[in-house]
Amino acid sequence: MTENLFITEETIEGDDDGPLAGQTVAVKDNISTEGVRTTCGSEMLSEYVPPYDATVVSRLKEAGATIVGKANMDEFGMGTTTETSAFGPTENPAAPGYVPGGSSGGSAAAVAAGEADLALGSDTGGSIRCPAAFCGVVGIKPTYGLVSRYGLVAYGNSLEQIGPFADSVEDAAALLDVIAGEDERDATTQEPPHDSGTRAAEHSSYADAATGDVDGLSIGVPTELLEGADEGVVETFWDTIGDLEDRGATYHEVSLPSVEHAVEAYYVIAMSEASSNLARFDGVRYGNSGGYDGNWNEAFSKAREEGFGDEVKRRILLGTYALSAGYHDKYYKKAQDARAWVKQDFDEALEEADVLASPTMPVPPFELGEGLEDPLQMYLADANTVPVNLADLPAISVPAGETDGLPVGLQLVGPAFGEKQLIEAASALA
Amino acid sequence: MSESPETADPEEVRHVAQLARVGLADDEVDQFTRQFADILEYFETLDEVPEVDREADLANVMRPDVERDSLESEEALRNAADTEDGYFKGPNVS
Repeated sequence: MTENLFITEETIEGDDDGPLAGQTVAVKDNISTEGVRTTCGSEMLSEYVPPYDATVVSRLKEAGATIVGKANMDEFGMGTTTETSAFGPTENPAAPGYVPGGSSGGSAAAVAAGEADLALGSDTGGSIRCPAAFCGVVGIKPTYGLVSRYGLVAYGNSLEQIGPFADSVEDAAALLDVIAGEDERDATTQEPPHDSGTRAAEHSSYADAATGDVDGLSIGVPTELLEGADEGVVETFWDTIGDLEDRGATYHEVSLPSVEHAVEAYYVIAMSEASSNLARFDGVRYGNSGGYDGNWNEAFSKAREEGFGDEVKRRILLGTYALSAGYHDKYYKKAQDARAWVKQDFDEALEEADVLASPTMPVPPFELGEGLEDPLQMYLADANTVPVNLADLPAISVPAGETDGLPVGLQLVGPAFGEKQLIEAASALA
Repeated sequence: MSESPETADPEEVRHVAQLARVGLADDEVDQFTRQFADILEYFETLDEVPEVDREADLANVMRPDVERDSLESEEALRNAADTEDGYFKGPNVS
């Protein structure tokens, strides 16, 4: 295998029976596996071996799945290409010479390459949906609180969720059935409320909702998420909407003025949370040690200088800046206002539509090495995915076709805990 | 709206790096100073965001404090660079 899909290849057998018996799963390397190193794609944790399993890993084992490896990723989930990994980039199996997207690039690529039937990733601002789109597979970012984050190494904890990848919507939904639900070890989880008013709510599981029925489905298309997108991507998007129309769905355009500020709000919040969450890496309890010369400030600074890559340092520093005295109101508080505004906009649009549709990524996959030098340009590529994390909503990326031979993803966004409705609609396509 | 966009200078980058306990080489300071200027200028557009009513309808959820098993100290210490008498060993405080 040449794509550099896994940081650690190791087989972890699950129970003999269960809904996922006989299925192989790749697990993103920021999800803790007892006794198997979990690096987060970072030199900082290159030798870290967790003493416990993440809740989702326990549930995979109980469901009979076999874990085949810890998938490559952007360092601590910070990136859109999987090129910030300290273990080298992953190549896109669906488009050789191109990135697989990120940050869960190894997970999506493992499914695309057929090296795993299923995969788990995490999505803080698009890190499941982007690689799903770029690799031509299905990826689901669940509603905030549907899936336990216990054992997920935190980056932006108010934004992130663990979610599934698969070749088909039905298979991704079956994996969601296994990992979803309340966990006493993550106080932000809850049982999904019974959503009797929405389409597909009567199905007894997520997998059962994958009927492909889109008759009477009302699709809202936020015009702001098409502006500035690549022409070939937009063309593929409208072809797919036309396909859904032919099967009984209708669409109307909607306007979400708040999303014009979503990228900056997302990065201020994510970087601020990162600066706090990554403060734990001081090299004393785990991680790269800064040694014992000098005082603790010097030793910690050395551990972090050596252990973190450029993008991680950039985000920690900018987050520290945004939270520092004199700047908190200007950046962090305004970003929280923008987050509330985005939430309101989406809630209103979803009162008039069952789902909202856009291209998952405004651009086709980048060539390997293309974008690393200009971080701001890379951040702007997240324009269509970050609003969903700010609004705590569920979304799915499903293959929509190709432009110039490169995969294009369709993103569907639904109301909070409306995963069944997304699965029903998206299963018309894959 | 402030009269001019915030621009980070090298001193400010060094100061923030010190607050965050991240050592930086000189060329990293130069690179970050340039990149932060672009990024912070972009963040300035948050000035255009209206004040939004954040109706947080939250209720505290409590549970009784119950004793239960936790990690054995040997397990908890296994990833540490150095330990002493069952404790983590850290660098000197000052």
